[in-house]
Amino acid sequence: MSAETWVIARFTVLMASLATAIVLPPAIAIGWVLARKQFPGKALLETIVSLPLVLPPVATGLLLLWLFGRRSPLGQALDSMGIDVIFTWKAVVLSMMVISFPLVARSVRAGIEQVDRRYEDLAATLGAGSFRILRTITLPLASRGIAAGAVLGFSRALGEFGATIMVAGAIPGRTRTLAVGIYTLVETGREETAWSLLLVSALLAFGAIYVSNRLVEQKGRA
Amino acid sequence: MIDLSIDVTMRQGEFTLIVSDAAEVEVLGLFGPSGSGKTSLLEAIAGIRRPDAGEVRIGNRILFSSSKRIDVPARERHIGYVPQDALLFPNLDVTGNINYGKRGPDAQDEGQFVALAAILDLQALLDRRVQMLSGGEKQRVAIARALMTRPSILLLDEPLAGVDRERREVILPYILRIRRELHVPLIYVTHDETELNSIADRVLRLA
Repeated sequence: MSAETWVIARFTVLMASLATAIVLPPAIAIGWVLARKQFPGKALLETIVSLPLVLPPVATGLLLLWLFGRRSPLGQALDSMGIDVIFTWKAVVLSMMVISFPLVARSVRAGIEQVDRRYEDLAATLGAGSFRILRTITLPLASRGIAAGAVLGFSRALGEFGATIMVAGAIPGRTRTLAVGIYTLVETGREETAWSLLLVSALLAFGAIYVSNRLVEQKGRA
Repeated sequence: MIDLSIDVTMRQGEFTLIVSDAAEVEVLGLFGPSGSGKTSLLEAIAGIRRPDAGEVRIGNRILFSSSKRIDVPARERHIGYVPQDALLFPNLDVTGNINYGKRGPDAQDEGQFVALAAILDLQALLDRRVQMLSGGEKQRVAIARALMTRPSILLLDEPLAGVDRERREVILPYILRIRRELHVPLIYVTHDETELNSIADRVLRLA
């Protein structure tokens, strides 16, 4: 494996891990709210959460490009604090986060919905408040669904292309990920390197599917 | 003693249950056929099922009243509830389950834990995973878990339902011990009247 392939693979795995780690807490919160709470506007929240799943990633990328660019209030605020997002590694993480968030949140929600509510009710009769119940009963019992969601989100982040190329570009050594790398290398006629990136992607995909299947199996057995 | 008044309307039916001036009643047996709403009634007392209308009072505490707009949340009711299937938390071992209801200062809880483990003969089971327990053992752990909170009343929903018929005597002596040593007022619900003969001071029939 060439040094270039290695740099791209390591960078991609690192960014996808970071994105998954950042996405997990809010995805758990939203997944729990959607699984357990009834409130006006729930359907709207559900739609917003699932939007990046349906929207073409390139369109999501365009939205992010505007939102974090210097023409939007958010972009200006970040700029005044000296934080550059667009065309940096932060944009890579950001795209991965936005695109994988719906998958993680939906998987968490499904995991929580499978937890028998009567455990939660019973914990309340033992004096536990809702946060303690969530922490000690609901989340541990939903842990496989949450782990499966994390694997799914991580895998999706690894393959992220559309949004990434819009907001992060394909700067070698700075923002070039596996998916973006394959595309740009083929475009510039360097197919051999593209093939080695493909090999790495395939290995990572195998690993992710293996882990996710193991989680599902254990879930079936429990 | 048991001093309670329940008069509620629920989807499962209407229930009126008044037991007062009954100083001698420590164990109240509630008896009714399957489908008579026994479980729903206990859940309404415990605070995990909201009646459509009516009032639930235990001692001088109103726990639910539709006319006064009172609905004390389950976690503040101090009512011990042991459901039919025990519902032990599968992610915790026996000790973890019992300790879930810890309340007061640690030293006091420790004493309570040791006492309950002794009364219910749980010492040998403390490190077990709950999946490894028999039906009767599950019930005993669930009873200890509920008593750990020092409830003002303990509700038992068909504690023998998950226990083999020939091994039923393994749970009733423990209930008698709880009664003798802890003096917790008890409501024992069953569809089998014979179970109540040996333990209940008074038996009420749910239509």
